[in-house]
Amino acid sequence: MFRNQYDSDVTVWSPQGRLHQVEYAMEAVKLGSATVGLKSNTHAVLIALKRASSELSAHQKKIIPIDTHIGIAIAGLTADARILSRYMRTECLNHKYSHDALLPVGRLITNLGNKMQICTQRYDRRPYGVGLLVSGYDDQGPHVYQTCPSANYFDCKAMAVGSRSQSARTYLEKHLDEFLDCDTDELIKHGLRALRDTLPNEVELNTKNVSIGIVGKNTSFKVFDEEGTAQYLRMIEGEEKRGGQPDTTGQDPTPPQPPPGGEGPQDPIPAVAMETE
Amino acid sequence: MSLNGLADCRTYEGTKIPSFVPYADNGGSVIAIAGDDFALLASDTRLSSGFSIYTREQRKLFRLSDTTVLGCSGCWCDTLTLARILEARMQMYLHEHQKPMSTPAVAQMLSTMLYYKRFFPYYVSNVLAGLDEEGKGCVYCYDPVGHCQKVAFNAKGSAGALLQPLLDNQIGYENMDNVTSEPIHIEKAMALLKDAFISAAERDIYTGDSIFINIITKDGIQEEKFTLRRD
Amino acid sequence: MACMSKGDWYSPVQFWRSGPSPGSLYSFPGVLTAENTRFSQRSQAPITTGTSVLGIAFDGGVAIAADVLCSYGSLARFRDCPRVMHVNDNIILGAGGDYADYQYLKDVIEQKILEEECLNDGFSLKPKALHCWLTRVMYNRRSKLDPFWNSFIVGGLQDNEPFLGTVDKLGTAYVDHHIATGYGAYMALPLMREAVEKNPNMTQKEAQKLLIKCLQVLYYRDARSYPKFQIATLTKEGVTVEGPLTLDQNWEVAHMVRDGV
Repeated sequence: MFRNQYDSDVTVWSPQGRLHQVEYAMEAVKLGSATVGLKSNTHAVLIALKRASSELSAHQKKIIPIDTHIGIAIAGLTADARILSRYMRTECLNHKYSHDALLPVGRLITNLGNKMQICTQRYDRRPYGVGLLVSGYDDQGPHVYQTCPSANYFDCKAMAVGSRSQSARTYLEKHLDEFLDCDTDELIKHGLRALRDTLPNEVELNTKNVSIGIVGKNTSFKVFDEEGTAQYLRMIEGEEKRGGQPDTTGQDPTPPQPPPGGEGPQDPIPAVAMETE
Repeated sequence: MSLNGLADCRTYEGTKIPSFVPYADNGGSVIAIAGDDFALLASDTRLSSGFSIYTREQRKLFRLSDTTVLGCSGCWCDTLTLARILEARMQMYLHEHQKPMSTPAVAQMLSTMLYYKRFFPYYVSNVLAGLDEEGKGCVYCYDPVGHCQKVAFNAKGSAGALLQPLLDNQIGYENMDNVTSEPIHIEKAMALLKDAFISAAERDIYTGDSIFINIITKDGIQEEKFTLRRD
Repeated sequence: MACMSKGDWYSPVQFWRSGPSPGSLYSFPGVLTAENTRFSQRSQAPITTGTSVLGIAFDGGVAIAADVLCSYGSLARFRDCPRVMHVNDNIILGAGGDYADYQYLKDVIEQKILEEECLNDGFSLKPKALHCWLTRVMYNRRSKLDPFWNSFIVGGLQDNEPFLGTVDKLGTAYVDHHIATGYGAYMALPLMREAVEKNPNMTQKEAQKLLIKCLQVLYYRDARSYPKFQIATLTKEGVTVEGPLTLDQNWEVAHMVRDGV
């Protein structure tokens, strides 16, 4: 779709200063199903939309526990996410073994970023095709981090990644000020509403396709079972979509733009800002 | 072996050079008793070396999960390492299998871990107590190189040889005529446990100060402290 | 020896084998001696050593004290060797045993702290973490049969609670409110236990006074001790390392001890 003469290798620059292979990897994240992360003063929450690859298969796991204080939600290549989660688990275990303390979330993300960066600079590698939302709790409170295949990572107040996630980000931006003082129930409800906004009209959230993870003060990271999920789904049942505010339906969040057509070689426009811009 | 953990070896000149011994005997005793729907595990809190007491408040019970507790005595540095590795291995199991390790599974893994160090062993006597998948109490005892045995009750550590016969008699009803062995109930087990440790503290200088008792039932693990003599 | 068995022009066959070589003692076959079992030399003994270290936790902080002498066997060789260390604003550390091993580990710890400061993420090492890390370092070296011949006392504030722990050359580690290593374990620890039992919530002043009293007792009895010492104190106000200070001493009774001889 984005044929270009400068995209043959990760190590090849385009004259505009882009690394096309890396940017293509960023597109892989958008193919994954949507996932939302947000935090209050005491807790961080991950809400993910699970997909089943066929009628015959179970829903793909989207939220992976890393340690008692960290969990991740993934969007993109699940296989790559598995490798990254194994790395993160090992880092946490090693730190726990040698220091008898939980690894600060920021440090884990820094290490992860360094690991992912190597793949964007070597000709015999490819970038990890997965975006992560990392929720964690440490001495500095709850965190939500976003990591990209480009090895960039961002400390977020709230974030959504994956397909059609722009609608969720719009919701999160609109309600950003409310999150900090929320209790956990409210926080999860906000997350569910944000996730619901990414859905096409004919699809509904249900216990099969939603996964909720929470971590926070005096709360180890846990993923709710179907019963727990159902309880929160009931709380937002019956509410109108788009945050239940009919007056804003006019300026509906723009659905994801179809990729630009193939009018000869051209640079793709990355959805996530890069340092080169 | 002299007091400070140095072994002396003589050279031709007759001078003594201290050589390094990687083990220490830090004492401590552990008792475990399994019942039908509970398991008890208790250990004293004295950590010592030779004639000096390092600390009077050392817990030697490691809570591995909601249904499993490990009690250790022997070389304390090996105990610390073993417990740390065990904890890490259990977290790895939890992540891989999405469920906590059952007591029989931990018991088997511990045996493997001990035997892995067969030729430079962890100098630790382990007793593992907990509830199995059916909720029945179970106790596993080990030697330092990984021999594992499922038993109904066991005493290990510096006063193990003093305590085991008492348990054999009172719980196992061994070598007695005209008795019918009956399953032990929790009150008797607790009383026996305390009596056993009181007796051990009288005779063994490496056992004393206080004991911690972990009571493992389906409702979770309760902890009780009981004071012993401190001399 | 293998090359000797055939013999050539440059190295002729020995006249007889397994016999005593000229001028040295004969080793009977099958007898293990210290020489022929030790293929590679590891640190089998400490060389330049510091003696006891004392530590105590008081209400709102910890204090660690040690004298500044480094002995070479029974020789009082170096008389200005600081053995207490300010690790960071959370942690102080005292070390006894081989001074070279301590200096090496001090460098490693300082490097660790520096690297952490360079991350600049607002986290700093806590005493429990350093204590655990030290047990891993000491245990790993003992498992290679090449130990760091030290005993350490780590003190600090762990989430605003006083923390005091120790690690020895095997990796044996424990946490207590009062700890003494070396001869201090025999002479100072009973004094400290008695004092803490009488007065469980010591103030900083009382704790420091107790440590100095213990150092004095040790100086009277431990032949490897010294009247100059340092004392490190950590509270939430910060860390102070005082010294070298000098112990009060009184030898008036000395003439009575030896007079009759």
